[in-house]
Amino acid sequence: MSRLSSTDTVEAGADADAAKSGAVEAEALLARLSDALGDGLVESHTDQGAVWVRVERDAWADLARFLSDEEGFGFFSFLSAIDWMPSPFGRDMDSFVDNALDPPEPKEPAPTETGVAGGDTRFQLLARVNDVTSGRSIIAKADLPADDLRAPSWVPVYPGADWHEREAWEMFGIDFDGHPGLRHIYLPGEFEGHPLRKDYPLLARRVKPWPGLVDVELMPETDDGGDATEGAAP
Amino acid sequence: MIGVLSELSYWQVTSIRVVAGLVAVLLVAGTLVYAHLFKMVSFMQSRLGPMEAGPYGSLQLMAEIGKFLQKEDIVPRRADRFVFKAAPFVVLTSTFLLLVVLPGGPDAWFISNDLGIYLAMAVSSVSVIGILMAGWGSASKYSLLGGLRATGQLIAYELPLLLAVVGVVIQAETMNLQEIVLAQANGEIFGWGVIGNPFIITQFAGFAIFMIAMQAELTQTPFDMPVAESELVTGYMTEYSGLRFLLFFIGEFATAGVFSAIAAVLFLGGWYVPGLDPADNLFNVIGPLVLFGKVVLLTFLVFWVRFTFPRLREDQLQRLAWKFLVPLALANIVVTGVLKVVV
Amino acid sequence: MTVTERQQLSYIAAQAADARVNLEIETEGMTLNIGPQHPATHGTLRIVAKLDGEQVVAAEPVMGYMHRGYEKLAEVRTYPQVTTLINRIDWLGSFANEVPFILAAERLMEVEAPPRAQWIRTVLFELSRIANITLFLGDMAVQVGAITPVFFAFRDREHVLNQIEAATGGRFHPNFDRIGGLKDDLPAGWVAETRQAMRKIRAFCDEIEELVEGNEIFQARTRGIGVIPPDVGLSYGLTGANIRASGVDWDVRRDSPCGLVHDQVDWKVWTHPDGDSFARFWVRLQETREATKIVDQLLDGIPSGPIMAKVPVIIKVPAGEAYVETENPLGVMGYYVVSKGDLNPFRVKIRSASFSNVSITPWLLRGVYVPDIITILGSLYFILGDIDR
Repeated sequence: MSRLSSTDTVEAGADADAAKSGAVEAEALLARLSDALGDGLVESHTDQGAVWVRVERDAWADLARFLSDEEGFGFFSFLSAIDWMPSPFGRDMDSFVDNALDPPEPKEPAPTETGVAGGDTRFQLLARVNDVTSGRSIIAKADLPADDLRAPSWVPVYPGADWHEREAWEMFGIDFDGHPGLRHIYLPGEFEGHPLRKDYPLLARRVKPWPGLVDVELMPETDDGGDATEGAAP
Repeated sequence: MIGVLSELSYWQVTSIRVVAGLVAVLLVAGTLVYAHLFKMVSFMQSRLGPMEAGPYGSLQLMAEIGKFLQKEDIVPRRADRFVFKAAPFVVLTSTFLLLVVLPGGPDAWFISNDLGIYLAMAVSSVSVIGILMAGWGSASKYSLLGGLRATGQLIAYELPLLLAVVGVVIQAETMNLQEIVLAQANGEIFGWGVIGNPFIITQFAGFAIFMIAMQAELTQTPFDMPVAESELVTGYMTEYSGLRFLLFFIGEFATAGVFSAIAAVLFLGGWYVPGLDPADNLFNVIGPLVLFGKVVLLTFLVFWVRFTFPRLREDQLQRLAWKFLVPLALANIVVTGVLKVVV
Repeated sequence: MTVTERQQLSYIAAQAADARVNLEIETEGMTLNIGPQHPATHGTLRIVAKLDGEQVVAAEPVMGYMHRGYEKLAEVRTYPQVTTLINRIDWLGSFANEVPFILAAERLMEVEAPPRAQWIRTVLFELSRIANITLFLGDMAVQVGAITPVFFAFRDREHVLNQIEAATGGRFHPNFDRIGGLKDDLPAGWVAETRQAMRKIRAFCDEIEELVEGNEIFQARTRGIGVIPPDVGLSYGLTGANIRASGVDWDVRRDSPCGLVHDQVDWKVWTHPDGDSFARFWVRLQETREATKIVDQLLDGIPSGPIMAKVPVIIKVPAGEAYVETENPLGVMGYYVVSKGDLNPFRVKIRSASFSNVSITPWLLRGVYVPDIITILGSLYFILGDIDR
């Protein structure tokens, strides 16, 4: 890495080439993925070299196996989930003190929107793996039906997924088939509920007055500031 | 001293000796704690150490003692109460017993025993029992592991310690510590007797082995697995608080002082300084001070190493003792014996 | 990615230990509970170790004593407020925590910080790396029983913290990074003082090299201990110096730079083939030196210009998803930010380095001795806030 005196034009050209080759590579990878998974691959999305794929829940484990064994994605980055339901709580979940002064309107239920690579259900698994030798990475998603929150475990392929799946289990209530032991990792054993679900209220807000939702104050303009100093002067 | 003491009754002599023993142990321990633990180490670690209690923090130890005395003496519920409570006293007793054989001058001694060094080595092992008692009696897993480690370690290092002394005994032809000092004072190195013959010169291997084994006996770094604070909290001392912890603490430093005194007697000429007549009555006054100076020097080495080196692992420690120190000490004995006969 | 002889030997030893444990007549094992309050676990990590004598049969880390639920809290904070929270994830290198989140938000908003802000950001990023890892270098010595080097570490880390404080106003939690740039410009004279601090850090590295790394006892305690083969490390998600010490030549700063200007300076990614505790220490020591060189070069070339891009006063991030990761002091840290166009992020998944780094411990601690638990944990180098979030 010795680019001490490189000029901008060369840099920009190189970056554009790299981006192009990255895009081509991503297309090729997606093609191989759809060959391997068939209908299991639901949707995909590429953006600035980043690759998102959304697979059927049943293809979740096959995806991991394919990426790890066939494609050399040996590095396991993280596994988590997203609850796409818009939070049903608004300002009415703020503390009693705040609400007494300024009673909030109950929040209108908003439609569920999902992000890149789409989604059909409320809960979506989210994981990322890398290939450190070629610098490729892929973000995988899988829809989980709300009435049957279970997915095949990645632990047999990526042992590092163990703790991440335990976290997803306790935070979202997702069961992982084939996981060696789903038990609490952060929360105490007797904890009830799944805190990262959107319908789990953040009670800290309820019990403690909030110092201010929006702390953005406009910068004092020069003439305003002048007024303030004049007013403050004895 | 003999002259004065012989005119006093038994109980008077005994009380003088008890007071002298207490002073010798506590003063030495206190000085070592202040000079080495508080100050030398602080300077090594780019800090000042205690500065508030007394001039340059010299009364800090008093403050510490006051603090420890005020603390609650906690005994774990499942502990073996008697064993737990007695353990620190056993350790401290071994320190006091060690002191008994130490000569401080031509007449300034507690007992002049013909088996002096033998007695010293024997009573130094008593502290192992105290440590094992502490480890077992605490009913704590950390303490138990620490106690077991300590026992294995102390037993392993008794041997090189003892074997290192044998070289000195062969050369001095006596086991009486007083006579070992005199042998060094009156000795000569191949006919050159200006500084006598401190055995550190002829018995340097023995001295090195003795210091290493002593470091291990004192459970100081790099041999401090029994109290390894990053692994076992403080090993066998984990459950102790207040006065009993203080006893362990004082005992640690007092034992360091007494062991260094034995090393000074064996290898550095004890209370003797070259150039004076060893029979001079002056040595009854300056002898203890000379010995004390040599003790401070040797403990400086001990604590220098302690605060510089990392810690060995238990198996590495045993390997060092059995595979390196013991054979070396045996070779030293053989060489000394052969030279003794030949020269 | 070759496995060295030492790795193989130690792996065989661990396997043999496993086999022996299984074959031996069943003796009553002992369960040792290390932590949550224990001098070796800087923080409140608890390790339940089943022992056979002094040998570990099985070890299971238990965490959550410091779980603060940042992923949930971030959903009710505005984007600028989130940096205050995530500062507390890896509290020794706080500024580095802010950077990937801000970069992710910037990517969603399609704004880019002006060059001067990017350079200063990178300088502060590397300074927090130095502040973090100097403490590791001293702490590792404490883990193996030498208590003096940690004082040197505290002493010299101070020089870096002073510089961070001078620039940002906060020693530990700068909260200085803003979407679109930085809060303030550098104070006058800061560059020269930082250079001086870098010299002191390099002297500190030399000191540690002599005092700790070259020490025979330290080497005896760390060489061949806790060997992680590269493929195992990768599948557990190990990052940073932990994986580079296993010979994987992967550094996000070099391989996928985004928003930081590491590609503008001349530096080297250090790797070590052994994968043991010593290698992890060695790589971190070299990285600290390398970071001082990066800072020195960056200070030479800070471009002039504004430090804030044009961003609205009230920040609403357009809908979208972005994942940005950077090479933080503890390893790769990334934020998966989902925005729905509101003041708040809709979902923030924090990929913290220590969480994955520590997840290898049940595999790694099997068959080692109790003293090696401590060296291995120390060499993996985790911050509790980074595990528990």
